[in-house]
Amino acid sequence: MPKPPEHTVFPLGDSALTIDYGNIMDETVNRKVLAIFRSLQERPLQGVIEAVPAYSSITLYYDITSVVKHHPGGKTAFEIMAGKMEQRLLEPIAEDNSVPVLLKIPVCYESEFGLDLEQLAAARNIRPEDVIRIHTSKTYTVYMLGFLPGFSYMGNVDDEIALPRRTHPRPRVEAGSVGIAGHQTGIYPLASPGGWQIIGRTPVKLFDSEKKELTLLKPGDRVQFYSINTDEFNSY
Amino acid sequence: MSLIVIKPGILDTVQDAGRFGYQHLGINPGGAMDHFSAQTVNFLVGNSPREAVIEMHFPAAAFLFQQDAIIAVGGADFLPSIDGEHIPLWHPIIINKNSVLQFHGIKKGAQCYLAIKEGLDIPKWLGSFSTHTKAGLGGFHGRALQKNDVVPFKPHDCYAKYLSGRDFVVLPWQADIRWSPSMPEKICVLPGHEWNWIPETLQSEFINKPFTITFSSDRMGYCLSGVPVHSNIKAELISSAVSFGTVQLLPDGQLIVLMADHQTAGGYPRIAHVISAHLPLLAQVRPGEKIQFQITDIVAAEQQLIRQTNHLQQLQYACKLRLDEFLKV
Repeated sequence: MPKPPEHTVFPLGDSALTIDYGNIMDETVNRKVLAIFRSLQERPLQGVIEAVPAYSSITLYYDITSVVKHHPGGKTAFEIMAGKMEQRLLEPIAEDNSVPVLLKIPVCYESEFGLDLEQLAAARNIRPEDVIRIHTSKTYTVYMLGFLPGFSYMGNVDDEIALPRRTHPRPRVEAGSVGIAGHQTGIYPLASPGGWQIIGRTPVKLFDSEKKELTLLKPGDRVQFYSINTDEFNSY
Repeated sequence: MSLIVIKPGILDTVQDAGRFGYQHLGINPGGAMDHFSAQTVNFLVGNSPREAVIEMHFPAAAFLFQQDAIIAVGGADFLPSIDGEHIPLWHPIIINKNSVLQFHGIKKGAQCYLAIKEGLDIPKWLGSFSTHTKAGLGGFHGRALQKNDVVPFKPHDCYAKYLSGRDFVVLPWQADIRWSPSMPEKICVLPGHEWNWIPETLQSEFINKPFTITFSSDRMGYCLSGVPVHSNIKAELISSAVSFGTVQLLPDGQLIVLMADHQTAGGYPRIAHVISAHLPLLAQVRPGEKIQFQITDIVAAEQQLIRQTNHLQQLQYACKLRLDEFLKV
């Protein structure tokens, strides 16, 4: 049996705790995190308000008053929740071994949308068309949603086109903007201030409050980008 | 039954106790900045703690009531009046139809709450009345209140018999908002997971020197200015969950306390976390004002929140009892 990844548990303030599997972007670790998340959705722990999975960690928000009331004996709510969580982690937690959903997402990389494309290419000593070729040549994993409704953190972006966030974030990044931040790539579902390097824009709606599934992408999905021109973007 | 916004405020939004269960989709809980005050005004009018309230900043809106109603105003003191006559905070007040509630200046605090008996008659989005301004959803049409908005409230009894033609009647009991025998002056924090990323000298300055809340602060976060803080460690953190009250250190040295509309994930060092019981105090600090932090431990933090929760529960029972008795007479 493979050894489960090592974890640490630490408080995130007084009403939440984080189970952390190391500060890494790794598919195996992320699958483990998502399996724990599903287990907590299916069989919630008493007192938990919600669980939030990330790249390599999962955070539980709990109701201190309710937790302490249900477990008299002088322990803190943090100790009680950490203990219950450790116990859950000893149980077998089934990972999702089904074939992941693959979504193909059109992106217009032209200069009116790819605001940082030239600058990113220059910084990495390649041509803008190389950035597009490399960005579209790979299948990315959706690791987590966060930041904005439906914003998906995807990876891993190839070294050749990886670039840290902009030093000065933009006060407004338009909805649909596709960006790069280090080895991550993501799509802004809504207009928002943002610091990612913007290389294009998709006409696809990532967040739709009218739909039963509010977000187009969910953790564990696979995404492949393909390039479209402005006309195709406008008539999409 | 409704109230009309006859003059808009700078940022008046519908809020409640928050929208939970959707952070994994990137949808933040939002909700009232000062939960203590939002719950207390709800209790004063006999509502549940999760009922919708209007959160106001100064300058706040002026409201014309089309029907009589029982209301309560609390949180920040923006010198409220009804038809020009001063009204007190933290009392249930019966307001007559065609009366105007407005606010004249900032005496104290940053967030003022208005509750109406039975609550506002607006739809919930994902189980909550809170306004998600970024998504344009929830609350009143997903946005701040504007001039001429007609905000409906739920049908309730007629209170004309208690008014006898007067513009308003202040009911003679007041909520006791002192949830602790000695109300804290400093904002207590717990050390964050990256507390040790800042040098020891800065750790002691962080807790011994005051910080000013800057004018770029909003419902998403309070920016602090004071002793320059930097990290010893240049490692990059990948994104993980953050919380209302998390104190993040940005690469340029800026400290931000995440507030009600914070994003769900962050990748900056978490220096500290404001304890839950002190978030209402912090929420009432205005830009330009100073705060000072104090380190506490998780035992004390939990005890303070439990004490505050118990106090609120007692308030809920006491307010309901008094109001029920009054309305039966």
